[in-house]
Amino acid sequence: MLAVEGLVKRFGGFTAVNKVSFDVAKGEILGLIGPNGSGKSTIFNLLSGTLPPSAGSIRFDGREIAGLAPHRIINAGVGRTFQIPRPFRRLSIFENVALAGYFGQDRHSRTKAYDSAERALAMVGLPTDRHATVDGLGAAGLKKLELAKAIATGPKLLLADESLGGLDESEMDQAAAMLRKIRDELGITIIWVEHIMGVLMKVVDRVMVIDHGEKIAEGLPHEVSSDPRVIEVYLGTDAEATQAVAQARR
Amino acid sequence: MEGPTTRSMAGWAVGALVLIALPFVWSDPYPLHIMIQILIWSFAYTSWSIMGRFGLVSLGHGGFMGVGAYVTALLWNHLGITPWIGIPVSLVCAGVLALVVAYPCFRFRITGHYFALVTLALSGIVLQVITASRDLTGGSLGFSPKMMPADSIFALQFRDKTTWYLIALAMWAVGLLIWRKVDRSMDRYALEAVSEDEDAAAAVGVNVTVEKLKITVISALMTAFAGALYCQYQLFITPDTVSGISVSLQMVFAAVVGGVYVALGPTVGAVITILLAETLRIGFGTKAVGWDNLIYGVLLVLFIVFLPKGILGSTLDWLRLRRRRG
Repeated sequence: MLAVEGLVKRFGGFTAVNKVSFDVAKGEILGLIGPNGSGKSTIFNLLSGTLPPSAGSIRFDGREIAGLAPHRIINAGVGRTFQIPRPFRRLSIFENVALAGYFGQDRHSRTKAYDSAERALAMVGLPTDRHATVDGLGAAGLKKLELAKAIATGPKLLLADESLGGLDESEMDQAAAMLRKIRDELGITIIWVEHIMGVLMKVVDRVMVIDHGEKIAEGLPHEVSSDPRVIEVYLGTDAEATQAVAQARR
Repeated sequence: MEGPTTRSMAGWAVGALVLIALPFVWSDPYPLHIMIQILIWSFAYTSWSIMGRFGLVSLGHGGFMGVGAYVTALLWNHLGITPWIGIPVSLVCAGVLALVVAYPCFRFRITGHYFALVTLALSGIVLQVITASRDLTGGSLGFSPKMMPADSIFALQFRDKTTWYLIALAMWAVGLLIWRKVDRSMDRYALEAVSEDEDAAAAVGVNVTVEKLKITVISALMTAFAGALYCQYQLFITPDTVSGISVSLQMVFAAVVGGVYVALGPTVGAVITILLAETLRIGFGTKAVGWDNLIYGVLLVLFIVFLPKGILGSTLDWLRLRRRRG
C-alpha cells in the first residue's frame, strides 16, 4: 500500500533522515519508534507533506505522493493526527470533524460530511451533539478529537502521531485499543509513531526503529525488542538500559 | 443555526418594507443623502468584514475601492463606455489586483501583521498612481464623470435621490445576502480553521491558499463595486475620498466598531462613523477638519482592547446571556 524508498531529508548540512526505505502492507499496524530527535517525526512530516523530501520516493497505492501539498496527500487518502492536538477552538467539536469530513473527501455533499463526522465521533466515543465546544475537552478528549478529525477525512492509511506521554496507564491502553479498533472496524492501515515502547508493542504487527535518521531495525515486536542494537541505541546502555528494560517488562 | 422562524421572517419582511417605503413617505433630500451614504459605506464595510472576520486584516481595501470608482469613470469619460460595462471591467481589474497582491502573500505564508503591511502598501500605491496620472484622472483635484443632460439609465446617472436610495438599499441587501451565504458555507469552517492554524487546516484537507484567495477576491470585488456606485452617485471623486490609507483605515475602524462577526455589525459601524463625521462637520465646520480621523484612531484602540466583538456583537452577546438567565 505504501512503499517508501531512499527517503532523505537534509536541513542545511544536517541530515535528519538518511536513505530510509520501508513498506506498509494493507491492513497492517506499523509501529515507528525511536528516541527523541531520532528523525521519526521528520519521516512523519515527509509522509504527510508538511515537509518536502530532499530525495527519495513515496508511493501510495501506486501513485507518487512525495512532495505533494499536505491537502493533496490528505485527499489521496492519507490521514494524519498531530502529536500535540491541534483542535480549532472557534468551531464546535462537531464542526471540527465535519470540516474534516468535507474537505478531506470530495467537497461536494454537506450531508455526506455530516454523516462521516457523526460516524467518526461515535467511533472515538465523543458526543455527536452539534454545539458541544472544544473547551470542555481534557487531554484524552482532545486526542480523541484529533483521531476523529483524521478518520473523518476517509483515509486508507492513517499516520497516527500518538505520543501517549500526557496520559495515564489506563488512558494509554484505551488509546491503543482505539487504534486497533480503527484498523479492525474501518480497515484503515496505520503507522503509529511513538517514542516509548510499552503499549505500542502490544498492538502493532511490525515495528521499525529509527535512530540518527537511519533505520536500525525492523521486524516483529518481540524480535525488535530483544535486538541488542535496539536496546543499546534506543534505551541507552548499561545501568540505564537494565533499568529501562526492567521498567518496560513490568 | 436554527432555520428562520415565522416570527423572524415576519420581522425581516416588515423591516424591508419600512426601508423601501421610507423615501416615499419622508423625502427630505439631506436625510436621504445621509441614508444613501450609510448604505453605500455599509456595503463597503461589509465587504471588508467578509474577509476581516477571518483574521485577514487588509489595509488595502481603499485600493480596491479606488480601482472600482476610477476605472468606471475613466472608461466613461475617455472611451464613452457605459458603466454597465465599465463596472464589470473595473471589478475584473480589482479582482486581478487582489490576486496579484494576495497570491504571493498566501503562497509564502505572509500572515497577520505582515499581510496587513503588504496591503497597506497597496492602498498607498493605488493612491499614488491615481494622483500621478494627472492628465487622465485630474490628480488630487478630483474627477467628475461627464454629465448627461437628463437622467440616463445608459450612463447610470440619476438626479433623483429616491432612485439612488433604492439602488443603494438593494446593493446593501445583496451585501448582507453574500455575508450570510459565506457564513453558512463550509468555507466558513475552513477559514475559521485556517485563521487559527494553517497546518492543522491543511491536515484535514483544506487547500489553505485557495480558500484565502477565494474570500479575498470576493471581498475585493464587492469593495470595487461600492467604489463604482459611490462615484456614480456623487458624480465627483478624489483620490482621498475613494482610495488611500485613510479610506482603508476608515473601513477597518467602522467594521471593528460595529462588529465583524455579525452580519449587521459593519452597518452599525457605518451609521456611527457617518453620523459622527456629519455631526463634527455641522457642529464645528472647518475647525474640525480631520477630527473624525483622530477620534476614529482613539476609539479603534479602545474597541480592540475592551470590545473586540464591536458594539452590535457585544450587545447581541449580552442580550443572549440575559435571555438565558431570565
